[in-house]
Parts: sequence; C-alpha cells; structure tokens
Amino acid sequence: MRNRSFAFWLFLTPVILGLSLVVIIPFIYGLFYSFTDWNGLSATQFLGFENYIKLFHENEFMDSIWFTVKFAVVTVILLNIMGLGLALLVTRNIKSNNLLRTVFFMPNLIGGLILGFIWQFIFISVFGDVANLTGIEGLNGWLSTTNTGFWGLVILTAWQMAGYIMIIYIAYLENIPKELIEAAKIDGAGSFQRFKTVTFPLVAPAFTVSMFLTLSMAFKIYDQNLSLTNGGPYNSTQMVAMEIVKTAFSDNDMAYAQAKAVIFFLIVAVIALTQVYYNKKREVDL
Amino acid sequence: MKKNKEKRNLISIEILGLILGLIWIAPFYLMIVNAFKSKRDIFNGVLGLPGSLQFDNFVQAFIDLQFLQSLFNSVMITGLSIAIIILFSSMAGYALARNKSKTSGVIFFIFVAAMLIPFQSVMIPLVSIFGQADMLNGAGLIFMYLGFGCSLSIFLYHGAMSGVSKSLDEAAIIDGANRFQLFWHIVFPLLKPISVTVGILNVIWIWNDYLLPSLVLSEANATIPLKMFFFFGQYTKQWHLALAGLTIAIIPVIIGYFFAQKQIINGVAEGAVK
Repeated sequence: MRNRSFAFWLFLTPVILGLSLVVIIPFIYGLFYSFTDWNGLSATQFLGFENYIKLFHENEFMDSIWFTVKFAVVTVILLNIMGLGLALLVTRNIKSNNLLRTVFFMPNLIGGLILGFIWQFIFISVFGDVANLTGIEGLNGWLSTTNTGFWGLVILTAWQMAGYIMIIYIAYLENIPKELIEAAKIDGAGSFQRFKTVTFPLVAPAFTVSMFLTLSMAFKIYDQNLSLTNGGPYNSTQMVAMEIVKTAFSDNDMAYAQAKAVIFFLIVAVIALTQVYYNKKREVDL
Repeated sequence: MKKNKEKRNLISIEILGLILGLIWIAPFYLMIVNAFKSKRDIFNGVLGLPGSLQFDNFVQAFIDLQFLQSLFNSVMITGLSIAIIILFSSMAGYALARNKSKTSGVIFFIFVAAMLIPFQSVMIPLVSIFGQADMLNGAGLIFMYLGFGCSLSIFLYHGAMSGVSKSLDEAAIIDGANRFQLFWHIVFPLLKPISVTVGILNVIWIWNDYLLPSLVLSEANATIPLKMFFFFGQYTKQWHLALAGLTIAIIPVIIGYFFAQKQIINGVAEGAVK
C-alpha cells in the first residue's frame, strides 16, 4: 500500500480522527489553557507559569504526589513478590493449577470501583467484628486513619493486581527450557539453588516488564481510591489522579486542574519512557 | 525414596495453593453471605451464615439499580465500542504494516506515543470540546473509546501482521480483488486470534470504566459501574442492600469469565508480554 493510495488513507481515517479529536487536540488545548485562567469554556488572560508556581506551593497537591509515590513503591515491590510467588505455585505440577490461576486472576475482571466497595465493607464491618472477637484493637477503624487507609489501598491493589502480574511471570516461566532445570537437578542443585541460579535469572526480564507496568498502574489508580477511601480522612489518602478530578469538577478550577494534569503527564511519561529505555537495553543484551 | 519426597512436596504445595485460593475468594464469600442477611443479622456479626435468607435484598437492589436498563447500557456501549475498535484498528494496523514509508512510520509512532498520555491529562479539555459539540452522550462516549483504545489495538495488529504472508496480498491482487476485498476476505480472518486478544483487553477496560462514563453520561443512560456508584451512595449505612447490589453487578462478569476463562487469561498474557 503506497502513501498516495486512496485505500491507505481511507483505512487510517477513522483512527486518525479518533485519536486526534479524543487525545491529541485535547492534549494540546489543555497544555495551552494550563497557562491561562481558563474556566472550561473561555479564557480571559494569559498567566504564564502562575498556575504551575501555585501548585508547587499547594500542600494538598504535593501531599497527593508524595502519597502516590509511597503507594507506588510499596505496591510495586509487593505485587512483584506476590506475582512471582503465585506464578511459581501454579506452574508446579499440581492438580489445581488451572483452578488456582482462574481464582487468582478473577479480581482483575471486576472493576476497581466495585472491588473498592467490597473492601470498604471488609475493612469497616469484617475487620470491626474480628477486632471484637479477638480483641485486636488495631483492626478497628481502618480507612479512618491515614496510615491504615494507606495499607487498605495497598491490600486492595495487591489482591486485585497480583493475578495480572502472575500471568506475566507465568509466560516467562513457561518459556524456560526444561532441560536447564533437569540439568541443574542432575548436578545436584536443591530447589532453592535451582531457583536462584536458573529460574530467577531467566525470569528477570519479566521483572523489568512488570515493574514498570505496576509502576504506571499505581500512578494512575483512581477508581479504587474513590470507592475505598474517597481520599479521606481529610484528603490524606488522595492520590494525584483523584486530586486532579476534584480540582476540576468539585472546585471547578479548570485551568489550575489542567496544570496539575500536565505535571501528572510528565511524571507518567518519565516512568513510561524509562520502561522503553530499559526494554531496549535488554533487547540489545539478548 | 526420592519420588516419595517429591510427591509429599507437591501435596504440601497443593494445600498451600488451596489455602491461598480460599483467602483470595474470601472477599466474594463475605459479600455474598452478607448480601443474604437482614440488617439485624449483619449488625450481630458478619462472619457467620445468615439466620434466614433475605431474597428481598436482591429484589430491592435489582429494582434500585434499574439493573436491566444498566446492563443494557453497558452491553450496548461496550459492544459497539469493541466492534469499532476491532474494525478500525485492524484496518489501520494492516495499512501501516504493509506500507513501509516514512509517513507510515511517523503515523505509527504517533499512535504508540499517545499511549504515554494518562486520561486525566486530556480529561478536562475533552469534556469541554465534546460538551460544546453537544456530544456528551452514548455516541460521543463510544467515539472516545475508539480514540483511547485504538493505540494499543493498532500496536497489537501491527505486530500480528508480520505473521500474514505478503504473497497472499499479491495473489489476491492478481486475481482482481481490490484492497477492501483483500482485507475483508483474506487478511481479517487470519487476524482472528489477535482480534480475540484485542477484544478481551478492551472489554475488561471498557466494561469496568467508571470515570469517563461519569463525565459523559446522565444517570438515565448509566452503565453498571456508574449506576453502582449512585446506588452505593444511597445505601452507605445499609450493607445488606449495598452488598446485594454489588453481588448483582458482578454476576455478568462471573458468567463471562466462566465461559471464556482460557481465552481471557491467554488474551491478557498476550497483551501484557508485548
């Protein structure tokens, strides 16, 4: 298909229209309006970097970034340990391995909003009842403090996403040549040693893939945040994605929210580009 | 001796797996069990079984969720979005993969690069533009899903095209087929496995999406997640109804998963590893 060919452009027209009208034009439009006093409909003056300077001095926004970063670091570590652990479990020759894959993966299919509501019930009612039964006071009032709210979000995300990361690790684990494991066995390597010297180095690429995937996932989380804690108490568990939505649609501060959205884009883009960079480097190594 | 030890090892791994599996589904168990309880039962304890089964909870939740209406909205919006994403992305993936020019490379790069942009970064202007064009409705939403979904889909189709031999194109052209006939009758059927993957990845995302419908749709046209949000707000202190509603809302997903678990897991694996 040549460029000049009518068919070439006709095949591309729908997606070009879609991407331009939905992503590219709004993106450029938003970038421009973040430098003005735009109210969603019109802008009266150009403010330069005023919105940007303001957001770096706003505690709520900086707190949401800090909270998101902490959340991302903890979930990335946890998800990779859990994902690899589950993958190792279900790639063993056990009878229930297909059933278990289905079970571990299931939460992924149900939207984050609904899962957040289910866990709201668990953290409030179930944890409360368990606290009464066992006398463990610490289980009371989850979601009502910043710290336990943080761990509530981590638990929810880990439970939801571990099955997804498991799938990635399974794909790599199943590609390890059986002969290598056999050879190590014959050489007398125990199962821990086999894992350390054969399995782990060979699934290391899966770690690169899933680490950055989980990282960008953690940065963009919104639904779970909304339905589990709604940012509370006092906006202390509010992540960046939610902060932007609130600034825009609750405070109606469009230009300012858009400036935050641009910063958000820069953060996510840096993470994603780092991912591409590492993947490329890995390809060269192979 | 060694065989026995291995066997015992496997049994303990199996037991560990089953325990973990039970922990994994515990939240769903707690949701369903308590959805059957009366308000008083829940107050008395959430861990035990219900004293009597309250089917009324489900009836009321079903009515308040306007479940058939929300299900219909979800099915229509997800179904139509997936159809146009598959249709237009496969065409684009084909055109870009078969054209090795600079222009085509640049277009492909733009599509892939657009994946870097998180939703929140375009959300406000998007709503503003579509609002001014009077397109904040179901049709507008489906078009938005095309815009957000086409990048990854084109990327996957583009990759899959390397498995479709170019000689097929030549043979069909010699036989007098035009580009459309060639694509629809020969190339598209060969892309079926990747179409399944593209479909699954997009269904999971679109079916569950909350934020975008919340900005675009009115409550009358709400999809299941959006309706669930309103419903839950109404029943915050009444867990028996809220849980019955949540249970109803996930039933379609569980049914879908039951019938297509293999394709779903394979589809996700394919999408994730690429």
